[in-house]
Amino acid sequence: MNATVAQLTARSLLGGRRVILLITLPGVLVLLAIIARGLAGQDNDVAVGVLSGFALATLVPLLGLIAGTGAIGPEIDDGSIIYLLSKPLSRFSIATTKVVVAVAVISVFAAVPTLLAGLILTGASNLAVAFALGALVAGAAYGALFVLLAVMTRHAVVIGLLYALIWETLVGSYVPGARALSIRQWALAVTEKALGRRAGDLNVESAVSLGVGIAFLLIVIVGCTWFAGSRLRSLRLTSDE
Amino acid sequence: MSTLLLDNVSRWFGNVVAVNDVTMTIGPGVTGLLGPNGAGKSTLINMMGGFLAPSSGTVTLDGEGTWRNEQIYRKIGLVPDREAMYDVVTGWQFVLANAKLHRLPDPEAAARRALETVHMTEAKDRDISTYSKGMKQRVKMATALVHDPPVLLLDEPFNGMDPRQRLQLMDVLQAMGDEGRTVLFSSHILEEVEQIAGSIQVMVAGRHAASGGFREIRQLMTERPHQYTIRSDNDRALAAAIIAEPSASGVELETAHDPESAVVRRSASIGRRDGSGALHVQATDFASFVHLLPQLASRHNIRLYEVIPADESLESVFAYLVAR
Repeated sequence: MNATVAQLTARSLLGGRRVILLITLPGVLVLLAIIARGLAGQDNDVAVGVLSGFALATLVPLLGLIAGTGAIGPEIDDGSIIYLLSKPLSRFSIATTKVVVAVAVISVFAAVPTLLAGLILTGASNLAVAFALGALVAGAAYGALFVLLAVMTRHAVVIGLLYALIWETLVGSYVPGARALSIRQWALAVTEKALGRRAGDLNVESAVSLGVGIAFLLIVIVGCTWFAGSRLRSLRLTSDE
Repeated sequence: MSTLLLDNVSRWFGNVVAVNDVTMTIGPGVTGLLGPNGAGKSTLINMMGGFLAPSSGTVTLDGEGTWRNEQIYRKIGLVPDREAMYDVVTGWQFVLANAKLHRLPDPEAAARRALETVHMTEAKDRDISTYSKGMKQRVKMATALVHDPPVLLLDEPFNGMDPRQRLQLMDVLQAMGDEGRTVLFSSHILEEVEQIAGSIQVMVAGRHAASGGFREIRQLMTERPHQYTIRSDNDRALAAAIIAEPSASGVELETAHDPESAVVRRSASIGRRDGSGALHVQATDFASFVHLLPQLASRHNIRLYEVIPADESLESVFAYLVAR
């Protein structure tokens, strides 16, 4: 971790127009929660639908994509990352810092709004906390994954979007084996555990067990961060000539 | 005092060779890396700065490899050619951040000193996005100087600067060189390099074409055969007079009835006086030829309309150096 890198990253992440997206998306979730609560009253099935179907399945991956790629992608694109790389800093510490800042942003703009939406939908219940927890761990994994993607390719946003939409949503729902390889399912395992015995009643069921889910989440978070650092060591900046 | 050493360095991208078997030593003082665009200057600087691995050969700074060695940046200050910085911060914040990234014991003092060196103390509290190109260049310079490095690498630092900023930067570089730092900058303009560089390395088409002091390089460039295109009111008589002189080795008379000639077509745009042809002269001794030509003309009562050095472009000068 490096405080100066974190500061610069946070400023450029929250400084531009990106912040409008970062506010709009969770705004939609909260608005949706208010409308659902107003129309359906306190209904746990509706709450699970919104929290699982929108917050966990759409909001968190999209926020992860925006914050994860945004934490490092623009710097690589315009070449300004050279100011970080031309310093006696460990590349792994740069990568770790980028991931931490991305995850912090995802937590604030995805996990916290998920908690808020849960509270609006169900009042004070552990349903809100359980989904916020799921959003938190999923956000951490997406953050690390998309930071890595941004280091590896200039088309990180497109590839990330395809991944989030096609793999996580489509393949994840129709191909049973693929469901086990999905950040959303691993995070759902955490939510399921947090809900305890109510999970069955609420139809919250992950494709993987808690142990497997946490193990995969850790592998993705640590592995992607490490690999991003390793790629930064041999990042090619220009091919102008 | 630090020395950069390139030993049989090549770099290729796919099957394009960007740098071809270059060996050079860059020591204290100001060194100019001269060459036309696409000669491999940036590739070379990227390898020196540790941002690109040589495909073969080694790049070392005081015996340490620069590739994948982030500790090397304690010694290197790098001014990249690309303009992008962290636009949302002020010049002061950005230079200060660079000082902190270097983990300097007193980052504020270091940032202040660096900004003073490049004369940017007045505008330091404005956002970088509001800076002119020259100001950005100076802030980039300040970030490279902030840790007081013995080696300074600058990629096309004079690009887009107005003459005053250019002179200022030249003064800064000169001072750095005089302090015993190893300063290397790239440029495609001979005059720029000549003014401040104690030694010059010439790159052409990925190859190390020449090296030496500016006098030697200048000499190499002026001693080569020079081509002139001359137009006068009596080309034939002038041709006879010129070829009689030892400073010219060849004269070609081009008559007006030679419409295929590229020179004739080119001269049409320059504005020919009387529809006549031109003379192409190959001068072996450039200095005495330019001295002699007006004398010859006046002695033979010939009026000179146009004297055009045919190949003064840097490209052809470089091409000559390579072919040599």
